[in-house]
Amino acid sequence: MAETILELHGITKIFPGVRALDQVQFDLRAGEIHALMGENGAGKSTFIKVIMGVHQAEEGQMLLYGQPVHFKSTRDAQKAGIAAIYQHVTAYPHLTVAENIFTGHLKKRFGIVQWKQMYEEADSLLKELNADFDSRALMGSLSVAQQQMVEIAKALSVHARIIIMDEPTAALTKRESEELYRITRKLRDEGVSIIFISHRFEDMYALASRVTVFRDSRYIGTYDVNGITNADLIKAMVGREINELFPKPKVELGEEVLRVEGLSRTGYFKDVSFHVRKGEILGLTGLVGARRTEVVQTIFGAEKLTAGKIFLEGQPVKIRRPAEAMKLGIGLLPENRQIEGLILDWGIGRNITLTELKSFVQGIFLNEKKENLVSKQLAEQVDTKAVTVFDKASSLSGGNQQKVVVAKALGSDFKVLILDEPTKGVDVGAKAAIYEIMGELAQAGYAIVMISSEMPEILGMCDRIVVMCEGRVSGELSREEATQEKILELAMLKQTATEGSV
Amino acid sequence: MTVKQKTLKKGGKLGEVLRSREISLLLVMVLLCVVIQWRSGGTFFTPGVITQLAQNYAYTAVLTFGMLLVLLIGGIDISIASTLAFSGMASSMLMQHGFLTNPFMVFLVSTLIGLGCGLIIGLVIAKGKVLPIIATLGFQYIVRGLTYVISDSKWVSSDEMLPAFTQFSLDSFLGIPYLAWIFLVLFVIVLLVLKWTEFGRQIYAVGSNAEAAKISGINIDRIKILVYSINGAIAGLAGAMFTSKYASAQSNMATGAEMDVIAACVIGGVSLNGGQGNAVGALLGVITIAIISKSLSLVGIDAFWQQALKGVIILLAVAVNVLVQRNNDREVLKGREI
Repeated sequence: MAETILELHGITKIFPGVRALDQVQFDLRAGEIHALMGENGAGKSTFIKVIMGVHQAEEGQMLLYGQPVHFKSTRDAQKAGIAAIYQHVTAYPHLTVAENIFTGHLKKRFGIVQWKQMYEEADSLLKELNADFDSRALMGSLSVAQQQMVEIAKALSVHARIIIMDEPTAALTKRESEELYRITRKLRDEGVSIIFISHRFEDMYALASRVTVFRDSRYIGTYDVNGITNADLIKAMVGREINELFPKPKVELGEEVLRVEGLSRTGYFKDVSFHVRKGEILGLTGLVGARRTEVVQTIFGAEKLTAGKIFLEGQPVKIRRPAEAMKLGIGLLPENRQIEGLILDWGIGRNITLTELKSFVQGIFLNEKKENLVSKQLAEQVDTKAVTVFDKASSLSGGNQQKVVVAKALGSDFKVLILDEPTKGVDVGAKAAIYEIMGELAQAGYAIVMISSEMPEILGMCDRIVVMCEGRVSGELSREEATQEKILELAMLKQTATEGSV
Repeated sequence: MTVKQKTLKKGGKLGEVLRSREISLLLVMVLLCVVIQWRSGGTFFTPGVITQLAQNYAYTAVLTFGMLLVLLIGGIDISIASTLAFSGMASSMLMQHGFLTNPFMVFLVSTLIGLGCGLIIGLVIAKGKVLPIIATLGFQYIVRGLTYVISDSKWVSSDEMLPAFTQFSLDSFLGIPYLAWIFLVLFVIVLLVLKWTEFGRQIYAVGSNAEAAKISGINIDRIKILVYSINGAIAGLAGAMFTSKYASAQSNMATGAEMDVIAACVIGGVSLNGGQGNAVGALLGVITIAIISKSLSLVGIDAFWQQALKGVIILLAVAVNVLVQRNNDREVLKGREI
């Protein structure tokens, strides 16, 4: 057995109010490809950042070649021969490939950049990787796969012995993924150790000899890839007990309100169909990159769709911009409430009334008395914790901001409410309150579509669950048949039919 | 709503008043006036000088309210002086050739020509997705160039204009010059629109957070086009005011006026990032600019130093404003104390 070159024990990382990593361990052998798997938010990315010195762990120790090390910055990690390639390539698009490779360690002599030498070395690195482009090409002109190759070349240029790849295949086509596998294996054969993070089983089978699973910020186990089945692995990833209580009321489902058929947006998603009925809460779930947000933004008219039909109460409708969607009775509570949901500089009341300003116009002027009264009622309806409706939205906590966003949607006459990650970044108390509000809304006859990555709330709140994987619907489960395992299996299901881009 | 017992405001009513940005600007202005009055030996603030000031800077004030709207949606328009010249020139030429025989019609036509310019600029910015500073930089040259083209670089002089038109800028009502009435009425309209109408609220929404405004169902493009059109119309109106005041139309008139206008807005607390500012601030800002521009020579500042000093005073006024704003922001954050 090869020697262990990197070991981490009892790593704990605490962010304000959250334990992002809790007593996590990991070990990496020389010349090994070690897969790291887990759901969204399991702590994989934080863990990588601890290794790279981006975050400093509160507890635990890290041993490199048996020696304890403390990285205070990425520079320290790089000096020690560790490089990371992130999911979203962090490159300079307006610089050449060579400049990107040598960022931070330009070849200089007497303070003058040695361009010729740099291009030559860059080209020889690229040749090693079998790259089909020149080191003088502009980074921005390359495809994602090619840019990743540059990142790998960059890691090689600093003679990294350990390379961490964070979901490198997420944005790649099948053929590009295979090219990446080839390079990754080649690096391994040359003695480089690789930590490979991915959602895809096929990545793991193609490359890794061992796999470590994290769940809810904890270490679950390390397994030999040959000795574990898909089912066991899924169980390890989701095997939590759900003991939270969800205030999901029994609601008699009514007529179908919204139906989408074959929605497609080139490059994002394809052939997405689902429907939602009056009083129903439909869950839309999947892993990062499943394109759930893009789908609902398109339904809402914030983005253009390339194909597909939308029906509202049986009638086909055309939605070109959010204002039209709202007029038809579709409301969206965006995922990123600080950017899309609220005007932080404004008071709570004004935020709430923004969608329905028309109803306060008397003659040519706004009736502010009426406006303040209505916004106060709505804010109270969702139990916003604030002194007055004139408090700035920026002064509220995340949970209260989310309540304001909900109140904003309640002011209008909507039939369908789309909630995009309604409890993201919200504390436990506010979460319970938001679930309660959702239940009340369903009882009041709203058709609700909830996007969520959190398994417990999807299972706890939804009547029906649509699972997406890489831009396509990969399955639908009723409340009764849904389990964490089934959902994750669908979410990771890469059908042969979905090969290539959408 | 759960009511917290802790009250946030300290210093009572007086503290609240002092924290207002407009009040702080007013204090700066008063200080400036006292210094000027003292240095000029009491000759500055006389009814004659004030009337003159109002007549000379009426067009700047009018432009300031247009710019206020543009800045509020997070845009900028540096082509207004060109639009002013083009509409002023075109309407004067129509008068010169006898197509316009009523001074009121000259004002109206000039405004409409400006509206047309603004509409095109608005379409380019909203639909063409061109950065406002770039689009209006281009139009600054295009429109100014067209002014030279249509006039063949010739003047329209006072004897070619309607006497009633040139007289307009000299007359007054209730002791206040007509030109001042125009900007006072416009001030009131802008004040009301911004504070108490749906359109005003939408302007602030677009400037504060365009993404959120879009998701809230506001047609951002429409608001942008409307605002640039209004700004153009105001520049056109200013064109007629300018030609009436100076009793001539020249192709190079009001060159560089946009800088005074932007300075007035900035002094008045209008944020170049959009979403912040109001009509009262803009009014105080333009009055400050007018006083600075006019008074420096009167109090015996060397002509070479006047420009530099104007810049220093502008920066000082802005600095006071920014400090007050920071203090306000800190107060807001105190509400978040845990």
